[in-house]
Amino acid sequence: MSSITINQQEYALPSDPRTTLLDFLHQNLQLFGARKGCDHGQCGACTVLVDGERMNACLLLTFQLAGKAVVTIEGVADNDDLHPLQQAFIDNDAFQCGFCTSGQICAGIAAQRELQEQRPSAVWFDAYYTRLEDVKERLSGNLCRCGAYPHIIEAVTSTDSTPEA
Amino acid sequence: MKPFSVFSLQHAEDLSQVASFKHSRFLAGGTNLVDLMKHQIERPDHIIDLSGFDEANQITEDDGRVVIGAMVTNTALADYAYKHPRLSLLAQALLAGATVQLRNRASTAGNLLQRTRCYYFYDTSKACNKREPGSGCAAKEGFNRIHAILGTSEHCIATHPSDMATAMVALDARVHICNAAGVRRELPVRELYTLPGDTPHVETQLADDDLITAVSIDTVPRGTHIYQKVRDRSSYAFALVSVACTLRVNEGVIDEVSLALGGVAPRPWHAHQAEACLLGNPPSPELFAQAAEAELKDARSYGGNDYKVPVLRRTLTHVLNQASDHQRAHPSHEGAMYAR
Ligand SMILES: Cc1cc2nc3c(=O)[nH]c(=O)nc-3n(C[C@H](O)[C@H](O)[C@H](O)COP(=O)(O)OP(=O)(O)OC[C@H]3O[C@@H](n4cnc5c(N)ncnc54)[C@H](O)[C@@H]3O)c2cc1C
Ligand code: FES
Ligand code: FES
Repeated sequence: MSSITINQQEYALPSDPRTTLLDFLHQNLQLFGARKGCDHGQCGACTVLVDGERMNACLLLTFQLAGKAVVTIEGVADNDDLHPLQQAFIDNDAFQCGFCTSGQICAGIAAQRELQEQRPSAVWFDAYYTRLEDVKERLSGNLCRCGAYPHIIEAVTSTDSTPEA
Repeated sequence: MKPFSVFSLQHAEDLSQVASFKHSRFLAGGTNLVDLMKHQIERPDHIIDLSGFDEANQITEDDGRVVIGAMVTNTALADYAYKHPRLSLLAQALLAGATVQLRNRASTAGNLLQRTRCYYFYDTSKACNKREPGSGCAAKEGFNRIHAILGTSEHCIATHPSDMATAMVALDARVHICNAAGVRRELPVRELYTLPGDTPHVETQLADDDLITAVSIDTVPRGTHIYQKVRDRSSYAFALVSVACTLRVNEGVIDEVSLALGGVAPRPWHAHQAEACLLGNPPSPELFAQAAEAELKDARSYGGNDYKVPVLRRTLTHVLNQASDHQRAHPSHEGAMYAR
């Protein structure tokens, strides 16, 4: 298998094995939605979904993803219909400069699924914790330089249908 | 990044087909190695890609022995350990580390072998005996608030940054290894890591062709499990100090205890002196203070990290107090104090 699927389109793998997924998206596919904040796994702006699981595209070497299906922010909407979380970001004014937003939304989509699937998080070991604290912990991998956190958390919790435990 | 060739490994036996292990690196999730390659700190000529090493992707349980494939992700292992209270320490440590994005990618073997986060190791313009043997250690006289207080040498004061490895040391896990000649062996994690001495660039007992195939936990210590991590922010930060503890009180005395310390030493630190002090004695705050003193008597700090000595002492005694209180309130309790 020497191809990779990105937003349902199949592409040949880059010839240079040093190409990260993030650079491949930017340089080969002109998909600039995933952002390069730090390029070292420290900010989450490059978050994409690989076979449904969120990962930092800046630390992925593309050749390692042969046969995998990647979804970027460009692929989360249903044609002209925004993903409910995209709409919630607009409704909740969940960004200022918008640099971190695509990563936040991809992370949020995955976080909502992880909540549905009852995947554990660190706060589950605390004597008491709230849903808000749980969501914050799950989204800690996405930094926002503008500090839009309260509205980001609001967008994610307002569209999360997982029942409270 | 320096150019490299790629060999794709599917089975441990494929090691015999690798042309050369000189200047080669195994690549698992890449969350540490790719980062270091971008910084030109790691400059391998050959990459042995483990993304097709599928046989190492399973967790199996056999007669109480839990065998975790080298490629099992930190997320998959945390999910599994969460469902098995006896492995709670592992779930607590894993979920306290990095972020979901990173844990989804990071592998069990890669986590054990991740390298230090010392700023001077990362800054190629500074002296670092780990990166450039013989160049010196800029951390000793530099900004060293994240650095080690136990097991250091005059040549290196860097810490091992892993949370998971700290839990693995407490759980006395074993590393399963296969080499290019097809020889398989096991090594306790407690013996995997070497201390810096005058060769800080040597970090483990592993040879270049040693592939980790799995990590096993043969007998899970009974009792209450606590992983306590102290850090600069409450998520997405490495440990400044961490304590991994399992403790059982039976008929008024501590009859099982295991302790490992993270963020304070060049390797996940097995606190065997504290353990020896506790074992067989009735739990009390005085005993816990003595145990912490026993482990810390050789601690040495370097200015910026002076605070780690009292923080470690307090974290350790706090965890021991919590675990023994919980044992008293819930006799024969196993696993996490609280879990959803
Ligand atoms: C921003 C950031 C924050 C982080 N925070 C934390 C934290 O709070 N706590 C924490 O514990 N960790 C943290 N990490 C580190 C993370 O846990 C490690 O990067 C990860 O576990 C490494 O796993 P990997 O599979 O990606 O390893 P790789 O990067 O693929 O490999 C790491 C090393 O292991 C070797 N290796 C891999 N597999 C094998 C094998 N099977 N046999 C022999 N050698 C092998 C490689 O050659 C390499 O030297 C953080 C990382 C980042 C980037
Ligand atoms: S750009 Fe990938 S985490 Fe910052
Ligand atoms: S909105 Fe500006 S960085 Fe988040």
